[in-house]
Amino acid sequence: MPVYNCTSFDYSVIMSKVTIIKPRNSSIELPLYSTKVPAGFPSPAEDYLGDTIDLNNYLIHNHESAFFAKVEGDSMIDAGIYPGDLVVIDRSVSAKDGHIVIAAIDNEFTIKRLSTKDGIRLIPENKNYKEIVLNGETELIIWGVVTGLVRKF
Amino acid sequence: MIALCDVNNFYVSCERVFNPALHNRPVIVLSNNDGCAVARSNEAKRLGIKMGQPLFEIKNLVKKHAVIVLSSNYALYGDMSQRVDSIISCYSDQIENYSIDESFIRFYGFEHLDLTEHCQILRKQILQWLGLPVCVGIAPSKTLAKVANHYAKKYKGYNGVLKLDEESRIQKALHQLPVNEVWGVGRQLTQQLNMIGIFTALQLRDSDLKTMRKRFSVVLEKTIMELRGISCIDFDAEPKNKQQIICSRSFGEHITEIGLLKQAIAYHTARACVTLREQKSLARNITIVIRTSFYKDPQQKYGKSISIQLPYPTDDTSQFLQAAMLGLERIFKKGYNYKKAGIVLNDISDSRFVQTDIFTPNSNTNHQVMSIMDQINNRFGKGTLINAQQGFGKQWQMKSEIKSPAYTTSIDEVIRVFN
Repeated sequence: MPVYNCTSFDYSVIMSKVTIIKPRNSSIELPLYSTKVPAGFPSPAEDYLGDTIDLNNYLIHNHESAFFAKVEGDSMIDAGIYPGDLVVIDRSVSAKDGHIVIAAIDNEFTIKRLSTKDGIRLIPENKNYKEIVLNGETELIIWGVVTGLVRKF
Repeated sequence: MIALCDVNNFYVSCERVFNPALHNRPVIVLSNNDGCAVARSNEAKRLGIKMGQPLFEIKNLVKKHAVIVLSSNYALYGDMSQRVDSIISCYSDQIENYSIDESFIRFYGFEHLDLTEHCQILRKQILQWLGLPVCVGIAPSKTLAKVANHYAKKYKGYNGVLKLDEESRIQKALHQLPVNEVWGVGRQLTQQLNMIGIFTALQLRDSDLKTMRKRFSVVLEKTIMELRGISCIDFDAEPKNKQQIICSRSFGEHITEIGLLKQAIAYHTARACVTLREQKSLARNITIVIRTSFYKDPQQKYGKSISIQLPYPTDDTSQFLQAAMLGLERIFKKGYNYKKAGIVLNDISDSRFVQTDIFTPNSNTNHQVMSIMDQINNRFGKGTLINAQQGFGKQWQMKSEIKSPAYTTSIDEVIRVFN
């Protein structure tokens, strides 16, 4: 089992200041500059060097319950979810009416909007697809609630 | 009170989270190199597949019942294990992560809580957040917590959590438990105990302490005390440094050439040295082991090991590599099909308190090289920088032909969702 530690570089060996944290809280933080000022006035920005932007923290509330999935279909395009998108799933959130969820039906994962009014239904956000009404025969597992989306251009 | 929390059929359960097709079907996960069954779903257990049974022995069973066979996926199990540990650590400040799927939890100062309820919440959280089923046994000692866990798993009515602390319930539980199921009682000891008329855990608990210590060992005495509800096995909240580092694996295919064996030995040596440096230790002794397959006829069977003592304790990969290559040349014999190779680092000491003498070479330069190498491999991924002895081919690598994706640790392998 790989164990990833918080490792900091030996500054005497490598001049740039780099901190690496891998992989669950994975972030590579690159401060704007190193504070080597041999003489003269200190940089006026020095006091403002603070945190760096960490998208993991922005997207994920609980690292333990966060999972990612790749979208392969176009049944949710009216909700702004396109094929190839990476969605963030938070399993700590209990699914409620109106949530976008990942569900397992017939041994496959699907992404739909959950409706609990008039029985349990999975509603696509694309007119070309029909909603899935749960009758007693099909087994449905709500796998997790979609709480975010990542797309690169 | 001490609780033992473990994940039911851990490897199979991890696989099922990300692959709904595995539910309600017999599933087994194979050991490294796809040799033996190391995890079984309840359905597979019911078919009579035993723990550790080699795949070739159950080929027919697998075919007949369409058992799903998977290679082990340690990237997945390791990540899920860390998530489980992380959730458990919210329930007590004293956790001992005993193995990849088991943790002891000490509840000290939790008397105001109903522990059964507390652990039910834990169980529900792990099930919802990770999709993994766990069972929890709660008792005054580790050994009894194991017993409680056994029953929590066995009887559905407990809903996965059982507290054993009243004498009448403990008595009943131990009476029904064969002595070989007690933690720390192995096969040989069971036979010896059976010979003197001890068949159940209760009989063991109520045996005479002094006689048992004389006849067997202090270890068994401890076990008896633990069964009496007196905690005497240490609680290790801090993982201890390893006193011995072992790295070995079977090959995917048989190897006959020394060149490939050298690569494998070099690979394992480098891995062991990384672990050594991570725990800030030095070692002074390296043992090299090579062997052919167990299942071959005696004439083709060969196995040998050699142990090499270095002049000074070190954590320098290149020094161990040099010794390992020399050792391998010494024990290698032509004409055999080798199936497994490995190394062991021994005589391990703390690098902060090492005794040197006037002749000790200053190893500072190499130390810096090793440290930079570790940093680069941490940052850019394992194997970015390797010692050339490891070679660049993969001929000797393990078989893992039916491995599931690294769903949780590689962005290219996450689950797919469809229309």
